[in-house]
Amino acid sequence: MTIGKSLPHDSAPLHVTGQARYVDDVPLPAGALHLAFGLSTCAHGDILNLDLTDVRAAPGVVAVWSAADLSPMPDCGPVVHDEPLLSTGRVHYVGQQIFLVAADSHLNARKAARLARVTYGDLPALLTVEDALAANSRFEKGPIIWTKGNAANAITTAPHQLQGEIEVGGQEHFYLEGQVAAAIPLEDGMHILSSTQHPTEIQHKVAHALHLPMSDVRVETRRMGGGFGGKESQGNALAMACAIAAQATGKPCKMRYDRDDDMVITGKRHDLKIRYQLGHDATGRILGIDFLHLMRCGWSQDLSLAVADRAMLHADNCYHLPDIRIESHRLKTNTCSATAYRGFGGPQGIIGIERVIDHLAFALNMDPLDVRQRNFYAEMPQVAPVDTPGVLPPDPQSISASMKPKGQTTPYHMEVEDFIGHAMVDDLTARAGYAARRKAIADFNATSPVLKRGLGLVPVKFGISFTLTFLNQAGALVHVYQDGSVHLNHGGTEMGQGLNQKVAQVAASVFGVDISVVKITATDTAKVPNTSATAASSGSDLNGMAAQNACEVIRARMADFIAAKHGVAPQTVRFADSTVCVAGKIYSFADAAMMTYQARISLSSTGFYATPKIVWDRIRGTGRPFLYFAYGVAITEVVIDRLTGENRILRTDIVHDTGNSLNPALDIGQIEGAYVQGAGWLTTEELVWDAKGRLQTHAPATYKIPACSDRPAIFNVALWSQPNREDTVGKSKAVGEPPFNLGISAFLALSDAVAACGDGKVYPALDAPATAERILAAITRVTGPHV
Amino acid sequence: MEQVAFLLNGTPVQVSAPPTRTLLDHLRETQGLMGTKEGCNEGDCGACTVMVTDDKGSRAFNACILFLPQLAGKAVRTVEGLTGPQGQPHPVQEAMVTHHGSQCGFCTPGFVVSMAVAHLNGAKDHDTQLAGNLCRCTGYAPIIRAAEAAANAPVPDWMKTDHPFILAEISPSASAFRPTTTAELATWFVQNPDATLIAGATDVGLWVTKQLRDLPKVAFLNGIKDLAIIARQGDHLRIGAAVTLTDLLAAIQPHHPSFAELLRRYASVQVRNAATIGGNIANGSPIGDGPPALIALGTTLHLRQGDTTRTMALEDFFQAYRQQDRRPGELVEAITLPTTAPALRCYKIAKRFDQDISAVCGCFNVTVTDGQVTGARIAFGGMAGIPKRATSVENALLNQPWTPGTIAQATKAFARDFQPLTDMRASASYRLTVAQNLLTRYFHDLAGLPVDILQMQP
Repeated sequence: MTIGKSLPHDSAPLHVTGQARYVDDVPLPAGALHLAFGLSTCAHGDILNLDLTDVRAAPGVVAVWSAADLSPMPDCGPVVHDEPLLSTGRVHYVGQQIFLVAADSHLNARKAARLARVTYGDLPALLTVEDALAANSRFEKGPIIWTKGNAANAITTAPHQLQGEIEVGGQEHFYLEGQVAAAIPLEDGMHILSSTQHPTEIQHKVAHALHLPMSDVRVETRRMGGGFGGKESQGNALAMACAIAAQATGKPCKMRYDRDDDMVITGKRHDLKIRYQLGHDATGRILGIDFLHLMRCGWSQDLSLAVADRAMLHADNCYHLPDIRIESHRLKTNTCSATAYRGFGGPQGIIGIERVIDHLAFALNMDPLDVRQRNFYAEMPQVAPVDTPGVLPPDPQSISASMKPKGQTTPYHMEVEDFIGHAMVDDLTARAGYAARRKAIADFNATSPVLKRGLGLVPVKFGISFTLTFLNQAGALVHVYQDGSVHLNHGGTEMGQGLNQKVAQVAASVFGVDISVVKITATDTAKVPNTSATAASSGSDLNGMAAQNACEVIRARMADFIAAKHGVAPQTVRFADSTVCVAGKIYSFADAAMMTYQARISLSSTGFYATPKIVWDRIRGTGRPFLYFAYGVAITEVVIDRLTGENRILRTDIVHDTGNSLNPALDIGQIEGAYVQGAGWLTTEELVWDAKGRLQTHAPATYKIPACSDRPAIFNVALWSQPNREDTVGKSKAVGEPPFNLGISAFLALSDAVAACGDGKVYPALDAPATAERILAAITRVTGPHV
Repeated sequence: MEQVAFLLNGTPVQVSAPPTRTLLDHLRETQGLMGTKEGCNEGDCGACTVMVTDDKGSRAFNACILFLPQLAGKAVRTVEGLTGPQGQPHPVQEAMVTHHGSQCGFCTPGFVVSMAVAHLNGAKDHDTQLAGNLCRCTGYAPIIRAAEAAANAPVPDWMKTDHPFILAEISPSASAFRPTTTAELATWFVQNPDATLIAGATDVGLWVTKQLRDLPKVAFLNGIKDLAIIARQGDHLRIGAAVTLTDLLAAIQPHHPSFAELLRRYASVQVRNAATIGGNIANGSPIGDGPPALIALGTTLHLRQGDTTRTMALEDFFQAYRQQDRRPGELVEAITLPTTAPALRCYKIAKRFDQDISAVCGCFNVTVTDGQVTGARIAFGGMAGIPKRATSVENALLNQPWTPGTIAQATKAFARDFQPLTDMRASASYRLTVAQNLLTRYFHDLAGLPVDILQMQP
């Protein structure tokens, strides 16, 4: 079985030799043009005059388009039509595209794009959530409110009350490969190369821009140099611009954003403010809670509603909150349109309740871990791992209803059937020496005047499935050639996560062949249509199942034919070790393929998968939006300098639930990378806008993602490899987003270290990102001004 | 157009290009070598890292802010050139595959080149060697595991074949001045005072790649050997303006370990290999990390205009924001600094430890004799429009007992010396508070109390 093997990323040998091709590396036919957008320098206003004379006259410029040249104006919005490709007269943020230049080189296009003379009539710009609230500037008519029980009553009648607020910053994706697309006009339509997580969306948008049926547009994505959600909708404008320019000029066109343009134009993780009010008892049990989410969505809707929903869906994290009310405002501001980013709002929801627990533990002078465990969902029995080959695991669905323990329900009334947080916390705290280190840190802090250490633990429960239910489908296309080689294609895209390798491992396992026989090919809308974005951690869950389905169809045809030839039942045919065994006879897989072909039986099949069980009413906030939850626990130790607020992660221990991992090495890679990215979000990654709405941190010189030495010096990652109780591919679990939330443990550890600077009377109330400056401010809060 | 000849992956190339054409654009657009990636085009991400070999050895550079004339007579090796003649993988390439060091793969060529250069030079301080390479996918752990795994593998033969490459017949320079002696440069600069002098191009590079400026008149200093000399002069070191930060770090390490640690955190290996101390000073940036330390040390600056030279205390060179006491056609020729300053401590405060520009850089050099302060040189970057001495603070310390009471009194003087700005790196109030607190840190530091967060072990 190839499933479960720690094979390297299929492209690794190409990555390390520089041979892996990204869109900008593909040679285009001669005469190709290079595009750049001219951008708004005004956060909100009307374009009174747009003088492009100097742009048109600039060296190398071939063509220029503005709103006057495109009617009707194509729209880039992934959900609603509120993102004109080029501004039609009003600009809504600094960085909005106003005009498009095509030139003979990337540099000439960039230079020309800066030569426009634009006069704006300034309008008041709404830059903050407060501005937007005051102006009632929002998406949807009013806030979305979900309730379970009676929060107001539970809070009032509780023995104690607590309230607070936390500001949580956004996050730039900082995929190393910036946004890029190319369009090649062909006799049978437009061929697009795009660095996108969502080729079908690109196809749809290009067809819309060119007034063509989708069948006339083919989109190909071999790989991205990182995505993290930032290439789910943000590549639309580039692909559409390339297609329009290619159609108009008849030349291949390419567009890539310079890094600064990329950071100014494209959306980022939603920043937000969370206010909380709760009632609790003296033991730390939360009796009632009310959350307010103020999400800064930016100028257009993009995916913000679903992001804000997911923040609400994760407001409980691992805690059973019987009486809860969540109110979510999706605020429209004159800033870039916040978009999908790994976790898709989930981390923003989780940090809210984790802040509450931290605050509550401080107020009660308890270890936050005790408060966490006190509020955990009830542990559910796990599916036993398969120890003996050939023995099926007990099927939880077959346990009679009376025997099946009933799970508690989430704030959105979904039963939590698979909670394993208790066991995972017990396991990790034992292995990481949590109790002993708590003591050692307290002793250290008592005698260290300048440097203080802190410890933080976060448990994670993350819901898996797209909350827009129809997206939970996938397709695959598999060919077995007459020599036994296998061509694999599916709707998922490769952005570094190793999806292609995982799906190839599934395919190889179905056919019982070596992984080297399975050819991975570029994602292509001409091969698998109507795909969903590779997002929501769903890549291998959906596409792995679709590919498995296609392979099983072909395998069944081969088995039927070979079984009939030998006069035995098809179930007796075994595909393993690159052979097909039937009635004591052993064929090589290649011979079996040749025989099937010569018998005039199709060796090609599509495959399809639609996630079962899920139903969801997002307005009322009820249903089962997720097939299952993925879990994880992290413990982080930090040190801070109370004179400067400088801080560093010293050690991190993680146990993360991958189900039966399809590829433990790739899964560990996802977990390590997600943790560091999550910790970066809450520490050094600070987005700063000035009073005119201009992003000040628009390049790596000013926006600081974690560098090599920022990773924990000790970094232990273990997999919790119990099979998924749901029927997922290989009983695995999704792994892309859930471990991102483990980075919250670093933030909690910093809060703990800040608290250690004071006398336990004032809560640090740390905001995120916890830069050195914010930490020093929090230290000053807990100690008073004198150090 | 400039004619430039160099070795590219072992093969001589002669190119004709505008003087500010970057190596990265040349590799990707002219040579079709697509392995070297553009991640930021400003020398901050390392995706474009290449190896450059000259008579000083092999070093890593950011190709995105390296102009072609800077490569004259050198050997360039890209990721495509790391593989052996028969396609044998380099040990770091093999280790990166085995240890799952690549995910999306876009930063990988840059990492692999940085790792191969470090491997060639026997450097095993991997975090420092890779501080200039950003990865967004892996969290770095598997990359470090790969670097450690490859560290002891022998250097492949083909990595040792690069050498300086001088092509005798080359057309005279058309659009850029490329002198080989300081005298030549000084004479020409007097005649062309409006020219831009390009040494490492770690700042000027961004004028071209980000501001999209055309530089009509430029001189490249990389060919001037006598401007890059480090000489011991009694109890002083004389450092030529074209000495790179890498070479400066090595030279001062035995004398000033705290300054050396500051320079270890100065940008990244790739940037330090290009950047020069003369450029760092002449640039006049208020947030350059060299000047505060040099001022605290009592460094003398040597300027030259034609044949005329003059010297001044380094702090006197900086007059106002981006305004220096430099006459038309006058160039920074060298600095002289003392070899002894046991009480020198340099503190860099930034959002990130590595490869970040300081919010505040504070350098302290206080002499305490019999419990009394008998000398004080304190200088800051990031606190004013120029790198600046904290004169009031120094005066508040001088002739006082070296005690917490004196420190507390002296911190009040900071507000007289500095009215810092708020920007994306830090607020004015944070800067002022931290500057004050750094004096407290300095007191604890000299007393032997642990104050360095980077020294804290898990």
